[in-house]
Amino acid sequence: MTYLDHAATTPMRPEALAAYAAVLADTGNASSLHASGRRARRIVEESRETLAGVLGARPSDVVFTGGGTEGDNLALKGLYWARRRVEPARRRVLVSAVEHRAVLDTVQWLGAEQGAEVELLDVDAAGTVHPDTLAAAIERDPAAVALVSVMWANSEVGTVEPVAELAAVAHRHGVPFHTDAVQAFGQIPVTVGEDGPDAITVSAHKIGGPVGVGALVVRRGLVLEPLTHGGGQERDIRSGTLNTAGAAAFAAAASTACAQAPRESVRLAALRDRLVRRVQEKVPGAVLNGAGLSGSQRLPGNTHLTFPGCEGDSLLMLLDARGIECSTGSACSAGVARPSHVLLAMGASEEHARGSLRFSLGHTSCAADVEALVEAIGPVVERASRAGALAGMTGV
Amino acid sequence: MRMLAAMSGGVDSAVAAARAVDAGHDVTGVHLALSRSPESDRTGARGCCTLEDARDARRAADVLGIPFYVWDLAERFETEVIEQFVESYAAGRTPNPCVRCNERIKFAAVLDRALALGFDAVVTGHHARLDPDGTLRRSVDPAKDQSYVLGTLRPEQLTAARFPLGDSTKAQVRREAAERGLAVADKPDSHDICFISSGDTGGWLRQRIGSRPGPIVDSRTGQTLGEHDGTFAFTVGQRRGLRLGQPAPDGRPRYVLDISPVTSTVTVGSADELDIRRLVADRAVWPHEGTVSCQAQVRAHGGVVAAQAEARGDELVVTLAAPVRGTAAGQAVVLYDGDRVLGGGHIRATAG
Ligand SMILES: Cc1ncc(COP(=O)(O)O)c(C=O)c1O
Repeated sequence: MTYLDHAATTPMRPEALAAYAAVLADTGNASSLHASGRRARRIVEESRETLAGVLGARPSDVVFTGGGTEGDNLALKGLYWARRRVEPARRRVLVSAVEHRAVLDTVQWLGAEQGAEVELLDVDAAGTVHPDTLAAAIERDPAAVALVSVMWANSEVGTVEPVAELAAVAHRHGVPFHTDAVQAFGQIPVTVGEDGPDAITVSAHKIGGPVGVGALVVRRGLVLEPLTHGGGQERDIRSGTLNTAGAAAFAAAASTACAQAPRESVRLAALRDRLVRRVQEKVPGAVLNGAGLSGSQRLPGNTHLTFPGCEGDSLLMLLDARGIECSTGSACSAGVARPSHVLLAMGASEEHARGSLRFSLGHTSCAADVEALVEAIGPVVERASRAGALAGMTGV
Repeated sequence: MRMLAAMSGGVDSAVAAARAVDAGHDVTGVHLALSRSPESDRTGARGCCTLEDARDARRAADVLGIPFYVWDLAERFETEVIEQFVESYAAGRTPNPCVRCNERIKFAAVLDRALALGFDAVVTGHHARLDPDGTLRRSVDPAKDQSYVLGTLRPEQLTAARFPLGDSTKAQVRREAAERGLAVADKPDSHDICFISSGDTGGWLRQRIGSRPGPIVDSRTGQTLGEHDGTFAFTVGQRRGLRLGQPAPDGRPRYVLDISPVTSTVTVGSADELDIRRLVADRAVWPHEGTVSCQAQVRAHGGVVAAQAEARGDELVVTLAAPVRGTAAGQAVVLYDGDRVLGGGHIRATAG
């Protein structure tokens, strides 16, 4: 099997799996006062310190969550509610048009149910949000802006956003800035920085940790309303018995991923470039979406290609039948692939968007994976374009 | 063979796919998403395209251990089936959307796509038999037989079709589903029109077409007996819901005889005026010469009557040995020799 879908989830790293299993075998609620509780508490706090270390944050800034989706929900709803409580006029919510659904659906809900005025920030053809775009949007009515959220790196096309500059623009107007760094963390440096984001969402299973664990890094002084109420375990922002094993495994995955990232990103970028070159040799019409390969505008593990005249659905099915696993991007709940909102926001036509596939590389990827894809892609595209022609796809 | 199994989320298509797997084929399941805005849950036995149905289909595919995908055919279904349904009603005809869906979606768009993608055949859970020589026959279960809704398919549409359930009764299919551990074993059958989940066709059409009032006229006297707010709410042969103030002079019930959308007139009369002895069908599939003695069926769950059929150009002229009542333009006529389907077409005109 050839797994080219690391952006969906990546295999657990051995260090994380070992830590996970070891802690799971042990009893202890980190909130209990006895010895077992203290042992668990110690593991949670050491894990928090490890994560804080790699993120350049202080341990008390790290709030453990149940994953990326929860982190985004907590940041956006929590900030919006907290801001409006103090300044009811602040109802504008600015997010990029290319966010993950964990952000987009959350702010749409705030718009529909909580009185938010949601504005989607335009991106350029590569998927980048320009700081000027943000500045212009804020300046239309700065006193009414509750928060800004722009992802660190795009989950579909891998475009790395100018997060530091965007955060600086928001801060110039005294507006808090959140970023979803679920895809960026572990691949490229993600740190809080001097004037950087006020809240950062990360998730363990995208970097070799377990599913269902994540963290929201919340800069000191930033007030969030909680989503869930209960024992108040995480700074009263997040309640629920602490996931000790998950925290330990997350920390183990994060420290390995971040330690290896400088070398690993070079290796993956080379593999990615080879994948694009070799696929385009076989299918000369294949178009790379997003930022170019040179430079640091693209995640090292991301490839996103459109095969004109083909439907992504067909390509995925035919590759799957040959043991090659990839993704068409955003699938809706019924499993019906709709044209990606990310590509549409980048100005692609609906047909171009429909014909795209994401191949994402990760820590277990190797040259043989690329070769397996290269081997299969020619006949697969040929078949899919026959089906595409029936569906009226013109291929231009 | 590489087979594509169309899986609706119901028991029939799940067992059909299972039988294809057992027969040693390389089977891939697909659920056809036909609704643009699917409802999340099934309510009662109506509809077939909810997210719950998609989940049921996926779960059945998982149990069978076959790959499963959802194909989005909502747009195609909207233009080829739903719009045509509305236009047809607006033109005073009574269409059968299941026939249309088989002709244009399942054994056209889906089949063509499957073949282009390298599949050899499409498997469905229809209750009908298909002999190796391409002859379509009724299911062994007369109550569940679906050969009528397949009867207007062209031979080339049937060559790549497989109906593994034709030799079984519905009860056997349900039992087999339970034995196979398929959770859909006792899911209720879907009936009615899948895209009208309320079951209220008249109300649904009124929303799509809007109100277009007109008179209800007596066929003999020409007298206006009442008003209606749209001809689409009527089908030929309909008796109920006419809401006529005055009884007929002979005191017998009145039926819809004719619908004229141009003048928005509904003509009513007595039952014997409904009798049809001749039909002309167009877009016919009729690979036979001369006059053929056969049996005709004009609605999905109706009986058959003895008939003579003869091709005339692209059309098919059917003379019935005994009159049938309330046959409307737009319906399909399917002709049988015993349990063998000889061919069929779409009723364009009828005569008493
Ligand atoms: C950018 C981004 N945000 C959020 C999420 C959701 O994270 P999780 O799966 O941990 O809830 C994902 C993963 O699909 C993602 O790629």
